[in-house]
Amino acid sequence: MNESRTAAAAGATERMAPVRSSVLAIETHGLVKRFGHRSAVDGIDLAVPLGSVFGFLGPNGSGKTTTIRVLLGLASATRGDVRVLGKEMPRALASVLPEVGALVEGPGFYPFLSGTGNLMRLDAADPHASSSTRRQRVYEALEKVGLSHAAGKKVRAYSLGMKQRLGLANAMLRPRVLLVLDEPTNGLDPQGTREVRNLVRSLAAGGTTVFVSSHLLAEVEQMCSHVGVMSAGRLVAQGPIEELRSAGQAHVVVQTPDVDLASRVLARLGLVPGEAPGMGSPWGTTAVLGTGINGRAPEEIVAALVADGVRVRGFTVEHASLEERFVSLTGEGFGVVG
Amino acid sequence: MRPGLGWALLGSELLVLFRRLRTWAMLIALAAVPILIAVAVKLSSRPTAPGRGPLFLDRITQNGLFVAVTALVVCVPLFLPLTVGVVAGDTIAGEASLGTLRYLLLAPAGRIRLLLVKYAGAVAFCFAATATVAASGALAGFVLFPVGPVTLLSGDTISVGESAWRSLLIAAYITVSLLGLSAIGLLISTFTDVPVGAMAATIVLSVVSQVLDNLPQLEWLHPWLFSHHWLGFADLLRQPISWTSFGENALLQAGYMAVCGALAYAKFSNKDVLS
Repeated sequence: MNESRTAAAAGATERMAPVRSSVLAIETHGLVKRFGHRSAVDGIDLAVPLGSVFGFLGPNGSGKTTTIRVLLGLASATRGDVRVLGKEMPRALASVLPEVGALVEGPGFYPFLSGTGNLMRLDAADPHASSSTRRQRVYEALEKVGLSHAAGKKVRAYSLGMKQRLGLANAMLRPRVLLVLDEPTNGLDPQGTREVRNLVRSLAAGGTTVFVSSHLLAEVEQMCSHVGVMSAGRLVAQGPIEELRSAGQAHVVVQTPDVDLASRVLARLGLVPGEAPGMGSPWGTTAVLGTGINGRAPEEIVAALVADGVRVRGFTVEHASLEERFVSLTGEGFGVVG
Repeated sequence: MRPGLGWALLGSELLVLFRRLRTWAMLIALAAVPILIAVAVKLSSRPTAPGRGPLFLDRITQNGLFVAVTALVVCVPLFLPLTVGVVAGDTIAGEASLGTLRYLLLAPAGRIRLLLVKYAGAVAFCFAATATVAASGALAGFVLFPVGPVTLLSGDTISVGESAWRSLLIAAYITVSLLGLSAIGLLISTFTDVPVGAMAATIVLSVVSQVLDNLPQLEWLHPWLFSHHWLGFADLLRQPISWTSFGENALLQAGYMAVCGALAYAKFSNKDVLS
């Protein structure tokens, strides 16, 4: 825990797996975006593998949306290189963007146009989109997000959730190689959230790379294959989600009446003993929590405990949950970083 | 797939512009001006003394065709710049405030193309606004007053058909007059995400330009003011037509378009779209 906190503070990126650059959908090197003297994005090296569902995780204000704006050419980078779909940005913007569907910082629509009217308008803005298939594609996109019934209604009358769905429909007007979704479940009810998750899964199954930002860990955990964690403008970890999860330190929980003795043994083995919070004591015992398994096999620890006469009544190895890992990385928990 | 030329975006821009309630409200307000003038003149018992009131007002009772011209004279200093300022100031800032600017750019509309299409939309509105005043004036004139051959400023008389053609020319002249103001509105619009601010600034500039144009101390500045030739369309009511002011006006407006267009491009092409 302490180690990773230091790592986070130092801003070093823990790279869990080396990724070959030939298969990256998004790649940045030393990306910096400054607003005045404040660095919203402070030197990040993103590597989003092609075909992955990449969860871009971080507390509010950690620089996720700014990064997305720079990736998509809405804002210019102060420093650093950006490559999207293998092409240098923002130079190749015109040829890359048609392959990218995006939802950035919430939906933005003309309130005086209908859902269909809005999508027709945005599709017309894409010079690569065929006008002969426009109506059909708009219809299908609305169908996919379950908005067909409200297609003719003015967007003024839409709820936030409906606008969010319309935003997703806009991102899917054409078959895309890459989808960039910024907080896609914002404002959606649980049903809508589940639909978005299913949508992302089915798109990913179809080969689309999905880059999805979120401040909700559960959301990312449920649909992502890879994850990148932002904190205060820095990318503090990225890699396959399983690696991030297992990289978290494991604890051992010992249930025993011989608390002091067990603590001493654990300390001798290099573990840091402490009291396990919230552990019930089924046999009138107290649990001892050892932090850090230090590469020792669980049976080795049990053997050492037993050899020293500790009455072991229960022994479990617990990996850190992704949430603990996330909190340890971002430091601030889920609060807003100023 | 090869990218198209993007006419679809222009079509969509015009559709969005002219589907908006606000656009219709402004056009209806403009259409009301000649009707009000015509009705007021019709109801008033005293004939208007020549030289009092707006230009051509005294001629309306003799010939209904002058309603349109009088109404245009009335609308040029304030009403037309007001509505054009709203449309031109809204071009980029309006999209930014709705959040649609980022989605248009992500489509990708392309920044230059979007700027051009937005300007084309504003120009279309200039024409629609001018044509609305002219058409509504012609209609009111036909209904309320006798219509016949028109005596021009030069004393010559032209037929009703010829006068319709002259009215169109005047509408074209005023549309051209408003091109510079539209370009200024577009430029201001690239600097802000608050459309009302851009609209107000554009309208204020149109008033300032006219005020400066009336200060004799600033005579050296007058030929450079975009509103300098705004009322110069009377030249189109001479026989033969004097094209001097049309040409000078067009040149001046083209200059404003070039300068403001270049500045708007410089600003917008590097702008961080954070709205």
